[in-house]
Amino acid sequence: APQSLDKEYVGFATLPNQVHRKSVKKGFDFTLLVAGESGLGKSTLVNSLFLTDLHKDRKLLNAEERINQTVEITKHTVDIEEKGVKLKLTIVDTPGFGDAVNNTECWKPITDYIDQQFEQYFRDESGLNRKNIQDNRVHCCLYFIPPFGHGLRPVDVQFMKALMEKVNVVPLISKADCLTPGEMKKMKDRVREETDKYGLKVYQFPDCDSDEDEEFKQQDRELKESTPFAVIGSNTVVEARGQRVRGRLYPWGIVEVENPSHCDFVKLRNMLIRTHMHDLKDITCDVHYENYRAQCIQQMTSKLTQDNRVESPIPILPLSTPDVETEKLIKMKDEELRRMQEMLQKMQQQMHEQDL
Amino acid sequence: MEHSGASIHLSAVVNVFVTFSNEEKRSLSLGGHVGFDSLPHQLVSKSVTQGFCFNILCVGETGIGKSTLMNTLFNTMFENEEASHYQNGVYLRPRTYDLQESNVHLKLTIVDTVGFGDQINKEDSYRPIVDYIDTQFENYLQEELKIKRSLFNYHDTRIHICLYFISPTGHSLKSLDLVTMKKLDSKVNIIPIIAKADTISKSELHKFKIKIMSELVSNGVQIYQFPTDDEAVTEINSSMNAHLPFAVVGSIEEVKVGNKMVRARQYPWGVVQVENESHCDFVKLREMLIRVNMEDLREQTHARHYELYRRCKLEEMGFKDTDPDSQPFSLQETYEAKRKEFLSDLQRKEEEMRQMFVNKVKETEAELKEKERELHDKFEQLKRMHQEEKRKVEEKRRDLEEEMNAFNRRKVAAETLSLSQPLKKDKDKKK
Repeated sequence: APQSLDKEYVGFATLPNQVHRKSVKKGFDFTLLVAGESGLGKSTLVNSLFLTDLHKDRKLLNAEERINQTVEITKHTVDIEEKGVKLKLTIVDTPGFGDAVNNTECWKPITDYIDQQFEQYFRDESGLNRKNIQDNRVHCCLYFIPPFGHGLRPVDVQFMKALMEKVNVVPLISKADCLTPGEMKKMKDRVREETDKYGLKVYQFPDCDSDEDEEFKQQDRELKESTPFAVIGSNTVVEARGQRVRGRLYPWGIVEVENPSHCDFVKLRNMLIRTHMHDLKDITCDVHYENYRAQCIQQMTSKLTQDNRVESPIPILPLSTPDVETEKLIKMKDEELRRMQEMLQKMQQQMHEQDL
Repeated sequence: MEHSGASIHLSAVVNVFVTFSNEEKRSLSLGGHVGFDSLPHQLVSKSVTQGFCFNILCVGETGIGKSTLMNTLFNTMFENEEASHYQNGVYLRPRTYDLQESNVHLKLTIVDTVGFGDQINKEDSYRPIVDYIDTQFENYLQEELKIKRSLFNYHDTRIHICLYFISPTGHSLKSLDLVTMKKLDSKVNIIPIIAKADTISKSELHKFKIKIMSELVSNGVQIYQFPTDDEAVTEINSSMNAHLPFAVVGSIEEVKVGNKMVRARQYPWGVVQVENESHCDFVKLREMLIRVNMEDLREQTHARHYELYRRCKLEEMGFKDTDPDSQPFSLQETYEAKRKEFLSDLQRKEEEMRQMFVNKVKETEAELKEKERELHDKFEQLKRMHQEEKRKVEEKRRDLEEEMNAFNRRKVAAETLSLSQPLKKDKDKKK
């Protein structure tokens, strides 16, 4: 019997291993955008997630300087390695977001940046030499919601609305050590409710396969039910229960960043890095980028037909259902034409009768 | 004789009075206990019977803990619904309560700023607050200027203290905080407090407080300083001044710690006790605000902020304390002068309007006449044209008739000719 198995064994079961080897050799890249008002712990959280200090020597502005501040986009890229796997991590920071007194459209620089990266990739992809395309597209956006209010604020809603079609948005409740467990539950329920109410499309975890075991499914359910994640970050290591852990030291106790009963940091880390990093990249490529690309092409072709007024040599993509507006316009013009023709006929008849 | 004696006596008394006012005051020592040392007690018992009134304004973002702190400070549950984040603007919600402790009555008004910090464009957020404070001053000023006034039972709604709630970001003040406090510091006593302070660790808190105070100083924001001139409270007040801004935590829930129930917040990693001085500055705030300096706050509001408002308002209206010759003006005279001016102004305006109206009427009349004339001319013209046409048509008709007549004559002539002609032809043929 083993012999027949050997004969039937083709060998493509090694494909996953081959993929693994190649990918390790190639290395990975990931771009993460963090957004939220100053003082919500964004930099601290990023440091805690990737266990590095990305923001040494940064200059924080005074309140006076921030009255009319505009939003900047800053990028930090680091190469980190773990067990032979190389990751090129880019963190895009947005200092100044929501800090001015008048924050009208303060998300515009951010959406512009994301579009720029898409455009860059689109151009590279359509170019002749595609060997070394750099993928700078933003794969995930962590949005920090302040825990001091009663849920989402207008600026939060507007921001997420502006970005949800361009990037995977993962909302987080920041500085979670401000809320007791009861308050936390209320806050999460509120945020989920308001997310539905305002039609905000945030990143959804893909459903796990139906043939996974029950424990995995249970974990998956728990993960989905605890969104939005409530996180705490820390740059300092403290001694707790005989161990040295990342945490925050208070007179009344020690908050441990990696303790699941204190906050959802571990869940976020697992989701972001250990299980769903690739899914985030896939959705960016397959959904957000494709939307951008289709829009771009449509704009280009409609512009061309306007300019040339001839059949465009470029194969026109089947346009989605013609604009309702233009259809109406065409109908109106047809009606007018018909009426004028009728009038003309009548006049002709009249003249004819007169002549007689 | 008696008369002259009385008159002399009177003039002597008058003389004494006159010299008295030019002398320096002398201090005399008492020979025994007179009893006017009970004056403060009399004052106190009068105030207690009257009752006290205190007005607090809480400025801070929605959800930052204003209502909870008030509940914790006064150890009671003021009714409060949670505010929404989606207000179109900032509006102020004053609520008045009657509290009693021992035999002291307090009429407490708490003014809440609803919607503060929620809008995307916050440039006008400070305005409703400033307007509210000014309105309370204005109301008091109006009462003061009344002819028949009753200041002793007037419900004083002027804000005595503004508690400004700072968000515990740990970095510095927000831009909105700076802008708002600058607008308020000349109108009301401000005490800045760090809200939800159980999210900042001790070392971060120390840095945060220093940063906030230095930002306030460098931008010239005047916050309320606890008074250090009264030796009874100098020491405690000056040490408290050094702890500003107070980092507070509020809670109305009770947790069992040791064998007591205390007001606290229960976390998985520990219990934050509101009244524990090593956990937060709540006790300090309560001491300063209520137990030590409440009366000074009321005084400052009246003597400093209200006086400033009053002075600015009256100067705006044109009142001065001294006229160009440096003689003190009486309010009456100035008022009369203003009134006359105002009335003459009104009259002048009325005249102007009347003139304007008359002019307009004349203009329209002229226009109408012009139009009428034009119409008339046009009509004449049309009439003439019509007559022309008629004449031409008449001519044509006559011509046509003539032609017809001519034609008829020719026809007749032709007929008669043709009648006589065939005979002739026949004759010719026969030949």
